[in-house]
Amino acid sequence: MSGSSNIVAMKKVVQQLRFEANINRVKVSQAAAELQQFCIQNALQDPLLTGVSSSTNPFRTQKVCSFL
Amino acid sequence: MGEMEQMKKEAEALKTQIEAARKAVHDTDMASAAAGVAPAPQVQLKTRKTLKGHLAKIYAMHWSTDNRLMVSASQDGKLLIWDSHSGNKVNAVPLKSSWVMTCAYAPSGNLVASGGLDNMCTVYNLKTPVIKTVKELDAHTGYLSCARFLSDTEILTSSGDTTCALWDLETGKQKTVFLNHVGDCMCLSLSPDMNSFVSGACDSLAKLWDVRDGQCKQTFQGHTSDINAISFIPSGNAIITGSDDCTCKMYDIRADQEVICYQDAALNSGVTSLALSTSGRLIFAGYDDFNCNIWDSLKGEKVGVLSGHDNRVSCTGVPEDGMCVCTGSWDSFLKIWN
Repeated sequence: MSGSSNIVAMKKVVQQLRFEANINRVKVSQAAAELQQFCIQNALQDPLLTGVSSSTNPFRTQKVCSFL
Repeated sequence: MGEMEQMKKEAEALKTQIEAARKAVHDTDMASAAAGVAPAPQVQLKTRKTLKGHLAKIYAMHWSTDNRLMVSASQDGKLLIWDSHSGNKVNAVPLKSSWVMTCAYAPSGNLVASGGLDNMCTVYNLKTPVIKTVKELDAHTGYLSCARFLSDTEILTSSGDTTCALWDLETGKQKTVFLNHVGDCMCLSLSPDMNSFVSGACDSLAKLWDVRDGQCKQTFQGHTSDINAISFIPSGNAIITGSDDCTCKMYDIRADQEVICYQDAALNSGVTSLALSTSGRLIFAGYDDFNCNIWDSLKGEKVGVLSGHDNRVSCTGVPEDGMCVCTGSWDSFLKIWN
């Protein structure tokens, strides 16, 4: 019956909301500080931030010099 | 009061409780908290390679963990495996169905997967003398929007049937089905520790799931249209989403809420795809307006743009070593930038 399946669906919605309501939440200021720390700590190893030098850039077509 | 009425009341009360709990920890937002952080440099990247070979719109691409090979999928009915250093095609996999929407490279490099309007995820072995189909994963009742390997024996999929699923590649059966979205699931991203994943859907919600027990752990709201792209920040504590509402957002997992919105009044095209640099500082977001905009994830400012495609940017990807960003487009080309 569509009536009882609606009730089953609604029970699941309530169950899910109960679960989500019960989690612990951290302050945004703390979460932000930790994210900033992560980004800054890893900045020097981030090639797209620091730039890739042409000699070590695997995507740059290498020009080959040969002696004739 | 009838049972239904009672449950509706409880649901409303719980939603109010969740909003209040989020507000209680909202003592700042990401951009204000980052006021003291030095701005990211203006990022000017050049096209180093243009990969030509597909004959129709490219819908997806995914890097191999070797940082060199990548797979792309096009509605010309092919997966192409590229050597990004030389620009050469290493393999071509003809697809039974040309309506492909996603592709994935297994971490081992042994397998690739594709799927789309055929509602199936097909897995191919690249290491046999001739590329073989090893499994056709057939149980979704809607299109396959995204697939990601956990290993050579497990793969996660998201589908237009509003579910995500974890499959056992040895049996070809679904081990776990993730039920909670009420709109087509469009994208998924595995956490760095592989214990959870996030999905984005046409119900404008992002959801965090436990891979093993199927539980939806958290729901993130804020977008006002379909979420087309989603990715974990490398730290594993936050996610970035991209939407048809023309914005990207960062949601912090532990604060359980949106902490920054990446938007610009001049931008009125939907976001199709996104990828992050290895430190998480730069977001590369592909848009319907043919560009890929680069955002400073901490400050919320645009710091660059990748222009060069002649049609919508449909996919973006940064390899594990972070040495470049790849964009794929409906113009049938892939470009490598750094």
